[in-house]
Amino acid sequence: MEKFTGKVWVMGDDIDTDIILPTEYLVFKTIEEMKPYAFSPLRQDIAKEIKNGDIIVAGNNFGCGSSREQAPEVVKALGVKCVIAKSFARIFFRNAINNGLLLIENAELADEVKEGDSITVTLNDKIEYKGKSYPIVSLPENLVEILEAGGLVKAMRKRNGLED
Amino acid sequence: MGMTMAEKIIARAAGMESVKANDICTVELDLLMSNDGTSHITVDKYNALKHPRIADVSKLVWIVDHNLPSDSVKTAASHKKMRDFAKAHGITYYEGEGVCHQVMMEKHVRPGQLIFGADSHTCAYGALGAFGTGVGNTDYLYAMVTGTSWVLVPETLRFNLKGKLPSGVYARDLILTIIGMISANGANYKAMEFGGEGLGSIDMAGRISICNLCVEAGAKTALMEVDDVAMDYLKQHGREPVACFKPDSDAVYTKVYDIDLSTIKPIVAKPHFVDNVVPAEEAFGTHIDEAFLGSCNNGRIEDLRVGAEVLKGRKVNPNVRFLVVPASREVYIQAMKEGLLDIFMESGAIVMNPNCSVCWGACQGVIGEKETLISTGTRNFKGRCGHRESFVYLASAATVTASAIKGEIITADRL
Amino acid sequence: MGKTMIEKIIAHNVGHEVKPGDIVTVDVDYVMLDDIMMPFIVSKFREMGFSKVWDPEKVVIICDHLVPASQVDDTRAYHISCDFAEEQGIKNIHRSDGICHQLMTEAGYVKPGHVVFGTDSHTTTYGCVGAFSTGIGYTEMASILGTGKLWIRVPSTINVNITGKLPENVMAKDVILKVIGDLTASGATYRSLEFTGDTVENMSVASRMSMTNMAIEAGAKCGLFAPDEKTAEYCGIKLDEFQAGLRSDSDAVYEKVINYRAEDMVPVMAVPSNVDHCVPISELKDIKVDQVFLGSCTNGRLEDLMAAAEILKGKKIAPFVRFIVTPASRKVYMEALKNGTLQTLIEAGADVTHPSCGLCCGRTGGILTDGEVVVATNNRNFLGRMGSSKVKIYLASPKSAAASALNGKITAAE
Repeated sequence: MEKFTGKVWVMGDDIDTDIILPTEYLVFKTIEEMKPYAFSPLRQDIAKEIKNGDIIVAGNNFGCGSSREQAPEVVKALGVKCVIAKSFARIFFRNAINNGLLLIENAELADEVKEGDSITVTLNDKIEYKGKSYPIVSLPENLVEILEAGGLVKAMRKRNGLED
Repeated sequence: MGMTMAEKIIARAAGMESVKANDICTVELDLLMSNDGTSHITVDKYNALKHPRIADVSKLVWIVDHNLPSDSVKTAASHKKMRDFAKAHGITYYEGEGVCHQVMMEKHVRPGQLIFGADSHTCAYGALGAFGTGVGNTDYLYAMVTGTSWVLVPETLRFNLKGKLPSGVYARDLILTIIGMISANGANYKAMEFGGEGLGSIDMAGRISICNLCVEAGAKTALMEVDDVAMDYLKQHGREPVACFKPDSDAVYTKVYDIDLSTIKPIVAKPHFVDNVVPAEEAFGTHIDEAFLGSCNNGRIEDLRVGAEVLKGRKVNPNVRFLVVPASREVYIQAMKEGLLDIFMESGAIVMNPNCSVCWGACQGVIGEKETLISTGTRNFKGRCGHRESFVYLASAATVTASAIKGEIITADRL
Repeated sequence: MGKTMIEKIIAHNVGHEVKPGDIVTVDVDYVMLDDIMMPFIVSKFREMGFSKVWDPEKVVIICDHLVPASQVDDTRAYHISCDFAEEQGIKNIHRSDGICHQLMTEAGYVKPGHVVFGTDSHTTTYGCVGAFSTGIGYTEMASILGTGKLWIRVPSTINVNITGKLPENVMAKDVILKVIGDLTASGATYRSLEFTGDTVENMSVASRMSMTNMAIEAGAKCGLFAPDEKTAEYCGIKLDEFQAGLRSDSDAVYEKVINYRAEDMVPVMAVPSNVDHCVPISELKDIKVDQVFLGSCTNGRLEDLMAAAEILKGKKIAPFVRFIVTPASRKVYMEALKNGTLQTLIEAGADVTHPSCGLCCGRTGGILTDGEVVVATNNRNFLGRMGSSKVKIYLASPKSAAASALNGKITAAE
């Protein structure tokens, strides 16, 4: 079972899609160009500090707002390994999975974890933080398939024998 | 020396006993029509004048018809400018009543009048024996401010019509034939005057269709003698003539054409010129994407009756978007009462609110790249109806409807 | 433990019991693809390596946003739609018959208990006949086309219970605007919004449609009405045992229950520029109106047109006000034509357009400019939705819209 450890960034409730990626940066053609501006309304330069393999832990309603698929795409492009939140907005949740970004719902962690600490995630099993274990409601196989493939388009290509 | 109809109308407007072709006269205008194609520009120019004034506001008629309902913020801003100005100055203003020339025919035009319209198809008013001609917005503004303008008295081409159009052949086929015959600049700067016993067999809708299209031969105006058919139309719409001018028997014409209506056949004008006409069967089999029944040329109740008759009990080809656009609110309501709209909608047509639609090529119904349209509209210029790489065929209401059913160009009798 | 309506629909589909929060994979009964999304759907479908849709009979393609075309490039989506239908043997294609959400139930596709997805957020509409339907992105639509399946999370339910008789000029639209105003725009996010009570039981299917259509404006995943005799008649079916039992059990667990007395309702509008900014019309004084729009999948049905016609009969709208009427479908247009409703509206000064999304999707059909005010019966009043961002959009019921057109200022019907 895949297991990984990452440094935590803590965010609050209602992190909307305009916070994740403000509308003015949607004009860029590539996600790479958008990347430096991710979460900029929250903290100006946070995008530059987020490192490959980091984990975001947030409160309720993460990703609320518009249906822009650029939001989960830019989070993934920053190298964020997964987002753990008390809850996710519906469209963001789907868009994230379809773009291969792992999301985990957990009601307690956001109130307990400190920014900069490390947590360990065992896929489909548990989150471990300071000796405490938080169970993960396992995702159905088809969602894991989408995530592992790196998104819905790739999962379907794999299913159709176009990719290994 | 005798005078033509055009000369008589100008003489009256100039307050002179007589005028002759190529005189330059200062005339008083009877009506000034402007639509949303250019009114916003006229307003801007008006506001830039040092001493802006309107000579006689009762002569102004402003009509929104080209982009209706509004299709963009830019259009909305132009409309607002026009609407606010009309409201502020008490100008007679219509929005949603129909295509400008049809609204003018229904509500304003009277025989003997001299009318400027900021639209090329203003020559349509000749069907009621009025001299209508298209002008640009600067000329329009001058007339609006002063109530007058100068005109060069046009030479006249006379068309003597005799006989009757065969069944299944329409005024639209006649005028396309004439334009093909004299070419797209064959009447440049001239008046086209229609008369003869054959005229009596053509209804008002057909007459408007003929006069309306004369600008496609380059004509300055088109004129028809006012007879019982015209007087009945006028009476029905509650108006009286200013003057019913007839040409003198010794009037001087540049050229006289005698046309036997019984020899006219269904015609189509092929891309990209109105005078590129061929007998309809030469275009048979041409695949079409869209068909258009409407416009100031062919969107009247008579035209809709022709279309509905062809369509009744049949279906529009699934690969064709068949736009049916009554030329005015009056026409729309009449078509509704006669059950024509039921026929169109049941058969799969797209019935739109009265507007210029695809004939103007900038409102609902435009065609895309490599698409082909068969149209009762006024023009088939390259790019006129949408994408610059698209194709427009002009034909009668019957041929357009038959083609919408077949999915390719065909005449109604060959369906 | 009792089950909610949405739990029953999903359980029936997947063949086992479910509870809120479960993630399950459903077999899709119908998909709705609208013209504006077709180029993206088809391109993703091919990129995924699919060549055949899983079941052409379950696919419905509807050209409504871009027909008739107002921009030359609009016809591209039309041709992609037609070509894809031809290639895949999809017979359910509507090229100019009206708005997608109107046609999905009206043309007989969606039935009570179905699970339906569409590439438009207002796909929630079909809950009016007791179907679970919701909007998805084009990538997911492409995958459904290939597989016939989609994963979903079973939502919890907020029950909106309304009892009593609505006052004379209060319509279903006023009710849903009030509910959204109270819930807020995110108040029902991820939830199923289930409407119950004798007030909604007495509503027509068309009125219920206005409410489920707007459930998304409170963030809901779906809006639901229990199917009844009216539903059966509308759908042209007899409810089977499963369909007849599609109502929440008395001991079903709701996340929240909100109760309303119909008698307390008043005509309202959602004022610029939030759908949840609901204000009684009595508080909106002296607001001049430039244009009124009657139409859309929210309020473009026969009863809506008739409600407006009743107010306008024998009268003329205020001078210089535009009144644009866009029936929701060809069928609605024809019914309104036959019963004289269209004539009344046109004689009052309405511009009746061909059935389509029209102004609601902001591409044509009466776009406005800076400083103008529009009273509209559709579902969104976001900044810039109908033209410039300086246009003020007030969302209203058909009756309030007609009254405002008549008076040239915001007014409730009397």
